[in-house]
Amino acid sequence: MSPLRRFLRRPEAAAGAIILGVLFAMALFASLLFPGDPQAIAGPALLPPFQDWSLPLGTDRLGRDVLAELFHGARTSLAVGLGAAAAALFIGAVVGTLAGFAGDLVDEVLMRITDAFQTVPSFLLALAFVSVVGPSLGVVVAAIALGAWTGPARVARAEVLSIRERDYVAGARVIGMHPLAIAFREVLPNALPPVLALSSVIVAAAILTEAALSFLGLGDPNRVTWGGMIAEGRTVLRTAPFLSIIPGIALVLTVLGIYLAGEGVVETTAVRRSLS
Amino acid sequence: MTLLAVSDLTKRYRRGGKTIAAVDGVSFAIESGETLALAGPSGSGKSTIARLVLRLVEPDAGTVQFDGDDFLALKGAALRARRARLQMVFQDPLAAFNPRATVARVLDDPLRIHAIASGAERPASIAALLERVGLTADLAPRAIHEISGGQRQRVAIARAIATNPSLIVLDEAVSALDVSVRGQILELLLDLQARERIAYLFISHDLGVVRAIAHRVVLLDAGRIAESGDARAVIDAPQSAIGKALVAAAPRLNSTRP
Repeated sequence: MSPLRRFLRRPEAAAGAIILGVLFAMALFASLLFPGDPQAIAGPALLPPFQDWSLPLGTDRLGRDVLAELFHGARTSLAVGLGAAAAALFIGAVVGTLAGFAGDLVDEVLMRITDAFQTVPSFLLALAFVSVVGPSLGVVVAAIALGAWTGPARVARAEVLSIRERDYVAGARVIGMHPLAIAFREVLPNALPPVLALSSVIVAAAILTEAALSFLGLGDPNRVTWGGMIAEGRTVLRTAPFLSIIPGIALVLTVLGIYLAGEGVVETTAVRRSLS
Repeated sequence: MTLLAVSDLTKRYRRGGKTIAAVDGVSFAIESGETLALAGPSGSGKSTIARLVLRLVEPDAGTVQFDGDDFLALKGAALRARRARLQMVFQDPLAAFNPRATVARVLDDPLRIHAIASGAERPASIAALLERVGLTADLAPRAIHEISGGQRQRVAIARAIATNPSLIVLDEAVSALDVSVRGQILELLLDLQARERIAYLFISHDLGVVRAIAHRVVLLDAGRIAESGDARAVIDAPQSAIGKALVAAAPRLNSTRP
């Protein structure tokens, strides 16, 4: 059986894949289905959902189309989640490989820096970083990656510590390969699988952190974000709770979908490894 | 001419508060074009000596003269450049290569690092290397884990001779191979030595193989030299206790059944 089919046969993995598929489709077709500015006024203010079928999920306090905002918000969430996870995995893998491979003083210094980052709550770190540098998509991605790279760094280091004792690393030294080339060409690619297994957790956490930053008004002001929508709806929570509930559900489903799909990938590869 | 001269080589490991000498004051020399075997039971320090000579592990004491220079004094780029002359073949050819590598990449590395062939020439050089060890050039794009154990050890030898070394350390290089393949690989090693005057430091626990390939033998026991001399003379009439024990334990093909 192909790995893809084995993956999809797991109900939780299939559910996760469907949710992620819908999310990607929303992000991809957002500007096609809802051209123009999603923050432009589209109708009367505070129109409840399922009343006017040209505005199926109603409008917010300023008369903006909630469905259009939801679609464009999916873009931000995905961009931040994937961008921050990619940056965190990259930094973590490089730092962990250098620490594990170089050993001694380099290892001590890099791991104490990692400890320092790990002891500061990552949300506070992101909050401080964005408040100092100013909110924009790139800054938010960097701020979240800053708090998320320590996990991958530790996993990569542990893996490198075991790989560096293998014969093929000794073989690479014998043929005169430069230590940095050994670390990044021979060791790092073989240390990656357990590091990549962390990616679903990091993506999900990054999306939640971005939502929390936007909720506090520290998101990119030029983009629609689900966290920003929840914050926006908070002022009319009693009269129009749907304004907070709809993006809230979207957020919960997204995080759930990423976890389920990630778990499915880990389980599928684990089965394959035990079979071979 | 003396190619490699090792004297008073010592390596100690600390284990649980106690210091154990894995290698204790070992001295030997290899002439160019000669095969010296290091033989001994497990834990006698033969693999540690291989790793010390190759500077994969740093010794606690002793000197290693290679090609007339103090090999232990070399550092960084100078050491990496000199490594071209001193190569190694490992016991398990599967563990000795990056699991993601292809045959071509494994052979490309030494050619690129030591600038032996330019980028455009390398495919031809790789094909020539494969032919020198009795393989065909169509093996190049294959993944290392796809080829047989014997082919893999031939690729390992091809990698070792890619930089035209004057000495190759063979650490139990034929021990993991089945008997028929072992004979072919020994044949290949003898052939390469005859053609290119490469010296071998041949590490093995198998005295039958040592007798077939080595000119001289050093028998080790617990990190010290127990006995050394002409390979046939030592194996046919061992003087030391460990030598007698090893010879008595070796299976003989020509022994008559009772």
